Amino acid sequence: MNVVVCVKQIPDPAAPQALDPQTHTLVREGKLIMDDSDAYGVEMGLQLAEAAGGGEVTLVSMAPGGETSGLRTALAMGAAKAILVSDDALKGSDALSTAKVLAKAIARAEPDLVIAATESTDGYTGTTPVQVAELLGFPSVSFAKKVSVGDGRVHVERQTEAGYDEVDCPLPAVVTVTAGVVEPRYPSFKGIMAAKSKPVDQLTVADLGLDAAQVGAAGARQEVTAVTAADERKAGEIVVDEGDGYEHIVRFLEQLKLV
Amino acid sequence: MSIDKVWVLAESAEGVPTSITLELLTRARSMGAVTEAVAWGSGTAGLAGELGNYGATTVYDVGDIGDALPGAPVAGAMAELIVAGNRPDVILVPASYDGRDVAARLSVRLDAPVITNVVDVDSDGDSVSSQHGLFGGAQVATARFTGAHPWIFVVRAKSFTAEASGGAAPQVVAAPAPELGATNGAKVLARHAEERTGPKLDEADVVVSGGRGLGGAEHYAMIEELAKLLHGAAGASRAIVDAGWVPYSHQVGQTGKTVKPTLYVACGISGATQHLVGMKGSKNIIAINKDQDAPIFSVADLGIVGDVHKVVPKLIEALKAHG
Repeated sequence: MNVVVCVKQIPDPAAPQALDPQTHTLVREGKLIMDDSDAYGVEMGLQLAEAAGGGEVTLVSMAPGGETSGLRTALAMGAAKAILVSDDALKGSDALSTAKVLAKAIARAEPDLVIAATESTDGYTGTTPVQVAELLGFPSVSFAKKVSVGDGRVHVERQTEAGYDEVDCPLPAVVTVTAGVVEPRYPSFKGIMAAKSKPVDQLTVADLGLDAAQVGAAGARQEVTAVTAADERKAGEIVVDEGDGYEHIVRFLEQLKLV
Repeated sequence: MSIDKVWVLAESAEGVPTSITLELLTRARSMGAVTEAVAWGSGTAGLAGELGNYGATTVYDVGDIGDALPGAPVAGAMAELIVAGNRPDVILVPASYDGRDVAARLSVRLDAPVITNVVDVDSDGDSVSSQHGLFGGAQVATARFTGAHPWIFVVRAKSFTAEASGGAAPQVVAAPAPELGATNGAKVLARHAEERTGPKLDEADVVVSGGRGLGGAEHYAMIEELAKLLHGAAGASRAIVDAGWVPYSHQVGQTGKTVKPTLYVACGISGATQHLVGMKGSKNIIAINKDQDAPIFSVADLGIVGDVHKVVPKLIEALKAHG
């Protein structure tokens, strides 16, 4: 079974984030890392490929400057290879343009199953995976919290407002996984060493047969016009608990007439 | 390109429109355009009255989609209507599990971009702009579309207050059912509802949430007990949902529910960006955390620097004694 896992390489969320004051796009300088949310998809892909008794996991990513740091992490976990689309023309791409690029790259891997996170940690638009599904003509199941594959079908427990749905879907399909769906493995030393020599196929927009005018800032049909500081909540009262902290809470509740 | 017609994707649960549907209809109506809704399911006729009461003059009925997930059939029907010339200028879509699927598929079918995570929509004549919280809501970005209509906005719950217009029952028009092929392959085999006692998390007047500071799944019981004593709902940070201590349906935050209760009590929650986005709009916030530098204290009206295992049990005892 061929599993494609979408991996986004993002600035470390632990570091301060900023927008470019001119373009209002997220500053993506320095080393990028694999989005934590994607570690679950990579783990899921590896488990499903193993359970299917054959096949492999191919990573697909779009990132500036030929960035592979995040991909190496996923390769070290056990993915077989990666496709990286990197092209200056992609800077400023919106979610739909990104989906067009990813769909073209994913199609090259002839996947049975495409796995992505429900949304990225940095941009969190949360539409790209299902846009990819529509572009590929695939069915999709979003918000999967449990996934299994058998007889050419994927079986998913899908999160709902009320609880979850059991969903059955023929392959090929796109599935988006929530964090916590599986416990991502830590790369072993052997895995890290092996990852260095695993193939990363780097492609440009032209390689994918896409028109550069339809992607990136040139193709984006939306823009951020302003970024302002939000209204700050006024600072509240901070009390160090010395055994009577709860009394402050009770008084607060009384003021709100909640007790 | 004036704004003459606005569509709202109307979701329903248990035979009534969801709160966010009514919020979006209220906002659509105030844009001064014709407000119409798109609904699906076997009970659309029964929903129409309430959709009209919040301003919809026409309801497009996709009809019974059986056990299919809504993404493909609803987006397909909407695209058919639009391609046939029934073109809205703006489409407001709930930021829900199904709403995001519909918006994503519709976006591709129309080759129209989507703006998501919207928390406010401003319209001024021909222009419509949307607002988005960034970095946990510390900054607000204003965005707009630069291309052709329709403009698809995916809006977070509780961005607007729902107000009935007292409008008449709308006309219900059957939407076309296009050929969907493989895209409509996902079928629901069974639906499972988690048992819930007390109010719904996103409708509760009081929300008590627990985080990593609880130390273990077994300590979540005190969060539930405190929530019950305050007639509220129990919530959770993403960290403990990911750790498997509580179901995802309890999650408050970017990837979970947005709550705006009268009182939010954060117990052992540090206040990561992901969490703040979902609860910052609460009217009053109490935070209990050992780490006095925890970001949650920056949004708290009352912050207790202390151990949740000491403060919360005492609080529970005091509330019980209070009667």
